[in-house]
This record gives sequence, C-alpha cells and structure tokens, in this order.
Amino acid sequence: MAIKQISIFVENKPGRMARVARTLADAGVNIRALTIAEAGDFGVIRMVVDNTERGYKALHDDGFTVSETDVLAVELKDVPGGLYEIANTLGMNNVNVDYAYAFVTAKAERAMLILRVDDIRRATEVLSEAGVRIATREEIQQI
Amino acid sequence: MFEYWNPHIERMPIDDLHKMQEERLRSLVRYVHDHSSFYRQRFREAGVEPDDIKKLSDVTKLPFTSKIDLRNTYPTDMFCLPENWVVRYHVSSGTTGKPTVVGYTQGDIDMWADSLARGLTAIGLGRGDVIQVSYGYGLFTGGLGLHYGAERIGATVLPTGAGNTERQIELMQDLGSTAMACTPSYFLYINEVAQKMGVSIRDDTKLKAGIFGAEPWSEETRRRIEDSTGIKAYDIFGTSEMSGPLFTECHLQNGIHIWADLFLIEVIDPKTGEQVEDGERGELVVTTLDKWAFPLIRYRIGDITILNNEPCECGRTHPRIMRILGRTDDMIIVRGINVFPSQVESVLMRTPEIGDNYQIIVDRKGPLDVMAVKVEVTESTFSDKIADLMSLSKAVSKQLKSVLNITAEVELVEPGMIPRSEGKAQRVIDRRKV
Repeated sequence: MAIKQISIFVENKPGRMARVARTLADAGVNIRALTIAEAGDFGVIRMVVDNTERGYKALHDDGFTVSETDVLAVELKDVPGGLYEIANTLGMNNVNVDYAYAFVTAKAERAMLILRVDDIRRATEVLSEAGVRIATREEIQQI
Repeated sequence: MFEYWNPHIERMPIDDLHKMQEERLRSLVRYVHDHSSFYRQRFREAGVEPDDIKKLSDVTKLPFTSKIDLRNTYPTDMFCLPENWVVRYHVSSGTTGKPTVVGYTQGDIDMWADSLARGLTAIGLGRGDVIQVSYGYGLFTGGLGLHYGAERIGATVLPTGAGNTERQIELMQDLGSTAMACTPSYFLYINEVAQKMGVSIRDDTKLKAGIFGAEPWSEETRRRIEDSTGIKAYDIFGTSEMSGPLFTECHLQNGIHIWADLFLIEVIDPKTGEQVEDGERGELVVTTLDKWAFPLIRYRIGDITILNNEPCECGRTHPRIMRILGRTDDMIIVRGINVFPSQVESVLMRTPEIGDNYQIIVDRKGPLDVMAVKVEVTESTFSDKIADLMSLSKAVSKQLKSVLNITAEVELVEPGMIPRSEGKAQRVIDRRKV
C-alpha cells in the first residue's frame, strides 16, 4: 500500500527551490504535496507527485541528488480528532513516525496525511484494522 | 607483459649506479662552472670549487638553488648554452609569481623522452597501445612530454589535449584508447561525464591504464578510480624545471622510480637543509645529471615526499619516492598546524557517501582561522533523513580532526556545485589573504 515519495537534497540558497520546481514543471509533473526540512546549510525537499518515475528521472537527469522513499498516504477525517486517531493507533502499536505532512485534495473533499514510519508493514496493518483508509498509488495519481 | 625499456641501466647494481652518478656529478659541476656566470658566482659565495666535488657525498657542499633564482634570472640567464642550441622552450604558468622559462637541447628532449619511455614500459605499455594525452599541449610540459615518451615506445598517440570532454570520450571509444594521461581530477570528471553519456569506461572502452599527475593525489583516490572504472591508475612525477613529467611507478604501484643515471635526488629537512634519513618526510632536491641547456644543481623543487633507496621487487635498482604529499607552497597553515590538501583528500575518498570533488576554504573569523571543507552528496547513498546527513558531516569532520588535528566544518553541497577542472584542480580557497 506504500507510495513513493521523492526526496531531493538541496543547498539552502536562493534559487535552488525554483530550479527543482522548474525541472518538474518542464517535465509536466504535478506536485501533490510538499515539505521542506532544513538543517542549516542544506535541506531536503520531500514531495509526492502525480508521476513519480517521470519526476525522479527529470530531477536525476538535471543533476540533483534524488532518492525515492516508501511512505504511506492515509486519509484524514476532516473533523477534530482526525489526526489523533491515526497518531494514537500508531503509537499504541509501537510504530514510530519519522515525519509527516498533510495536504488537502483539490476539491477539498478530504485531507491526506503523508507518513514516513519505521515499520511500514505494521503501520499499514494497524491502520487498516482501525478503519483508516490508505490511498493507493493510482488514487494519488488521479487526485 | 611488464618489460624493461633499458634493462642494463634499470637493473644496474647500486654500486655501479653510484659510480656513474659520481662521474656525472663531477662533470656537471665543472660544466656549469665553465658555462654559467650564475653558477660561478653561487659557487664563489659558497666557497666551493669544482675540484672540491670528488665523491657523491660531496654534493652537500654545493649551494641550493630555488624558484627564486629562476625568477631572478628570467628569462634565460640560468641557461648554460647559448640560445641557438635550444630547440624548444617551455614556460611555466607562474601560478605563484612570475613565469619561469626552461630550454632544451635536442639531447635534453631525447633524455626526457627516454626517461618516460622507461616508465611507460614499466606499466606495461608499448607498441599497439593507444595513449590518449589529455594534458595541456603548448607551453605546459605535460602534453608534449607524454607525447614524445609515448612515441618513443612505439605506441600510438592520440593528442587530444585538455578539454572538450564529450569528444574525449567519443574518441576514446572510436579509436580504442588503452591508456590516458591527464590530471587525476580531470579523469574523475571524464568518468562523471561518461556516465551521463551512458558510457561505462569499464565496459564500453578499452582503457586499461591511467597515467595521472601534475597535482598531488592520494591512495584513496587511486582506489576510487580503479574501483569505479576498472583501470589501473599510475602516478607520474616531474616538474617543468626538471623537464616535465619524467618518472612513473612500475606495475607494482609502490613508489615512483627516479632514474638515478639522469637525476640525483636528495630529501632534506626544509628548515635546516640537512638530508633526512631514508623513510623520513622532507623536501625533494634534484640535481640533473644529463641535461645541458638548463641543468640544475640542488634545486629545491618544493615537493614533500619520502625517499626509499631499497631496490624494488620489479628488479629496478633506482631510488623511489613515495607519493608526493604536496608542495611546500600548497601547504596551508591553519591555526599553526600544517595541512596538506592531500591529507584532507585521503579522508574524503574513503567515505563512499561523498563525491569525487572537494574544496577547502580557509577563512578568518576574528583572530581565529576557520577551515571548512565542501563536499558533494552522492545519489547512490543519499538518505532522505536529515539526521543521516547531519551524522555524515559530523563523521567526516571527526575523521578530519583525527588526521589533521584541527576542527573543520564539513559542508554538504549538491553534486556539480564544486567547479570541475580540466587541468590542475583548485582545491584550496584561502580567504585570509587580502
């Protein structure tokens, strides 16, 4: 059920983010969700895109340091306590969340949470048992 | 496969070699005294007469010469023959000052080619090999030096010169280059470009050997080149004052063979000028024994190395110098500690997460020197976790600390952000100088 996230190593300098964005734009790749983790002189841009293969190839060919990471995209109920349900399920089952970021779909029908966890199989299992919907690759592409 | 170019000379018993050196030194001293007012004056100042030089060990009675003398006698006042004997000039670029001019008689050119012919033969090259010479041609000695050496052994020369990297790779494939001569940093760049073009040096070319020099490099870089391309990487040494590139390792890759019939080498303590013991680090000093337009007496090259007088297992009896650690003028002093870029390189090249290029930046913050090392993060080992990247830079910093005994900040940059070079790479940026 895991989907692929693209991570890009970037220096913390004006214009670097724009270069990443331009490369993806030129390749006709649409960004679904994005987050930047910064650590002083450098940072890591993480994103979920509609066409991971094409996005990865475009960035790689442009000389970026890119990697693909397995993450989970889970549906978040748009009500108070929506995040708690998911976080609590994982916590109770001893699954650690390395990082997470959320986005709302275009029609604002639902919110999605991208999760990077230490045990993806276990997370999938316990979230499914708790009735949380996990989005597939195709669904992310079609949003 | 690994043969000798001149077995009689290369395997000569040490005592005979010394006798030969002694005779050649005596006639050299007489020659420069009779042909050069510069040397006459130097000998007078040092209180030494040609007749005082009888034994090989008497060489220490002779005064040192250095780059400063070359600059002061610019362009040709240190030459021992009139210009009409000179068949070629080379001019050094003068990165650290005024350019210096060297001149060659026809015999000097032959000696140079012969010296390299021995080295190229020792690494298994000969007739049937295609040697791609990617050192700069022209005033720089690298291109023409290798060119003549390669022709001497009957190999085919592909004189590409430096630059135009994609074309270098196409020609390497089309004409079947089996060896390539260039700076190690340029070869790493060629490998990088080849990969981008979808060409594997290991599988898609006939390249089997690299002859790399003109800048200091480390054992770790050798391993990296050999592991990633499948070629054998050999070190070559020589400076423009001595002729140009002259000496290489043999196939055993354990030190550079310095032909004792052609050059007399000493390794000295740069502070006292005294010869150091075999195996101790010091500054290389050369005296030419078979060079006539522009001979040198005890010339302080400025390269830091270690002398090894033990005969090599390959059967050659001539002394070897172990890898050049750097030049006295490459050395940077950070907070009073001597740092050679090659020491930094050796740490970086054994860290697989780091790319082939690096840059050392020295700056001053208030009264304190600070050193930073920029390295490129490679894709093959890039983790998307910030913590992994942080611990990578910390681990490298810790390694540097243990080798250099100073703290250096390790800055991770994107691939391609450190400038590539087609010749000598600029590894150090010293911002402390005004």
